[in-house]
Amino acid sequence: MKKRISRKKAVKIKLVIMAALALSVVFLTLFAGVIAKNDPYQTCATSIRTAPCVDYPFGTDNLGRCIFARVLYGGRTTIAATFALVFISFAIGTVIGMVCGYYGGLIDRLLMRLADITLGFPQMVVAIAVAGILGGGIKSAMIALGITMWVSFARLARSHTFSIRSAAFVQTARFAGKNDAYIIMVHVFPNLLAPVLTNALTQIGTTMIGLSGLSFLGLGVIPPAAEWGAMISEARAYIQIAPWAVIYPSVATIITIIIFNYLGDVIMDYREVR
Amino acid sequence: MIRNILKKIAEIVLILVILSFFVFLLLYIAPGDPAEKRLTSQGVAITKQVLDAERERLGLLKPFLVRYGEWLLSVIRGDFGISFKDDMPVAPKLYKGLLNTFFLAFTSLSVSLTVSFILGVSSALRKDSMLDHAVRIYSFIANSLPNFLISVLLMYFFCIKLNIFPVIASGDIQGLVMPVLCLSIPMTGRFIRQIRTEVLNQMNEDYVMGMKCRGVKKHYIALNIIRNSLGHIFTIVAIQIGTLMGGSVVIEAIFRWPGIGKLVMDSISARDYPVIMGFVLIMGTIYIVVNTLSDMLDKILDPRIEKE
Repeated sequence: MKKRISRKKAVKIKLVIMAALALSVVFLTLFAGVIAKNDPYQTCATSIRTAPCVDYPFGTDNLGRCIFARVLYGGRTTIAATFALVFISFAIGTVIGMVCGYYGGLIDRLLMRLADITLGFPQMVVAIAVAGILGGGIKSAMIALGITMWVSFARLARSHTFSIRSAAFVQTARFAGKNDAYIIMVHVFPNLLAPVLTNALTQIGTTMIGLSGLSFLGLGVIPPAAEWGAMISEARAYIQIAPWAVIYPSVATIITIIIFNYLGDVIMDYREVR
Repeated sequence: MIRNILKKIAEIVLILVILSFFVFLLLYIAPGDPAEKRLTSQGVAITKQVLDAERERLGLLKPFLVRYGEWLLSVIRGDFGISFKDDMPVAPKLYKGLLNTFFLAFTSLSVSLTVSFILGVSSALRKDSMLDHAVRIYSFIANSLPNFLISVLLMYFFCIKLNIFPVIASGDIQGLVMPVLCLSIPMTGRFIRQIRTEVLNQMNEDYVMGMKCRGVKKHYIALNIIRNSLGHIFTIVAIQIGTLMGGSVVIEAIFRWPGIGKLVMDSISARDYPVIMGFVLIMGTIYIVVNTLSDMLDKILDPRIEKE
């Protein structure tokens, strides 16, 4: 008994630490303008490929742009796009799942059939093909990844709605004459929010890998916009002369993905021990 | 049984038709004109007349549904069409690329499965030991590394700092090491996790308790656990097949490995529709067939799944 309480406590502490780390990453990129002195897009002919120094903490790239500023601003692009994509898939998937689970019948069969078919697509292969066809741009990269992302949310929301629908409080609400929209919003949605949100958190890491991977291939963000994958891809060409131009965005990517992946794991643990 | 298999095949065909239709539609509505790309790459001055003639020749002026129908019919006959880029038949191109990709994917899969199996089993058998912690940290970090990033970092250390391997894959063994590493590292992260969980599940089964009670030797119990965990290896691979496919496209593009992924990356920029369509169809087929087979295998190995 004592051991279980201590495990609960340990998970809680981990959760707080990871949440704080994740938030600080978000805030670092959010306040990029305050933290970084240099303009991430300002090219400078006299300071091309400068090694890290006082003025340029992470050095400069091939065009003399400050890498420190670009890493911060680039993080904003990556993180904002990831959050937006996960949120949109979450919203669409949950609505579809709730409607399917609540009403059942033909809509349910059709939409779940569509979900099965979508699950049949290999995600990254479809993403590369679709992003390539739609042409560059963060929007097409997001669409490309989103095509297959909504499915996990829809399935999860559907299965939870299924069990909530038959619960006594939903039956009571129905007898009280509440309409379907009210029951879904007030009774069903809050009860499935926790598991579906957990799923959303665990998707952040993979989505980030996908988005920066597409940018790395030149299928995401269009240069000169700062984005980690694109920066690494650009600087790869002169890695021998200016390794810092590759190393810092790489380290930023790795740390961010690890933090968000670990946060997802810890939240799963937390829900388990609670 | 036969009825079930026929039903499954019909299902696979339906999914492939929908997938191909969807990509075809996307190619149709997306910006970028293959005729224009081709003429520009040949250095022909673009006038409306030349452009229209080229479009006519490539069959781009027909209505959408007619084009899709014609493509589908020729694919059923085994003809993937003619490349827009260089007028070569698409099928041999895809075949050659696929062989190279298979070689790369198979090598990476064997390497990462071997490593993961050793690490996953030994860390599960010694749960909470130092080894277990180290393996878990490794698998967590490996799982968080995008493979394009591994490629850049490995390139930096091995090709530039240490100068051991060539930067561009040439097809020989030396050129194979880096792409295989880049594909394997993230995969081992996932495999180790799954194998470790599987072995831990087996260790909680009644038969293990029974053997322990009968005083069976430890290594003999371990052998049994390993043998029973092996039954799920195909499922574990099937789950990762999509990641492996996507990863190999990225890695082939980076190392210029002459596989199907590099072929499709080149074709996307040239708007070479027949090659893109062939790629989607082949990759979709492999993915769905592998997943269906693993489902069926699971049901054969464990009939309880069917009943649930």
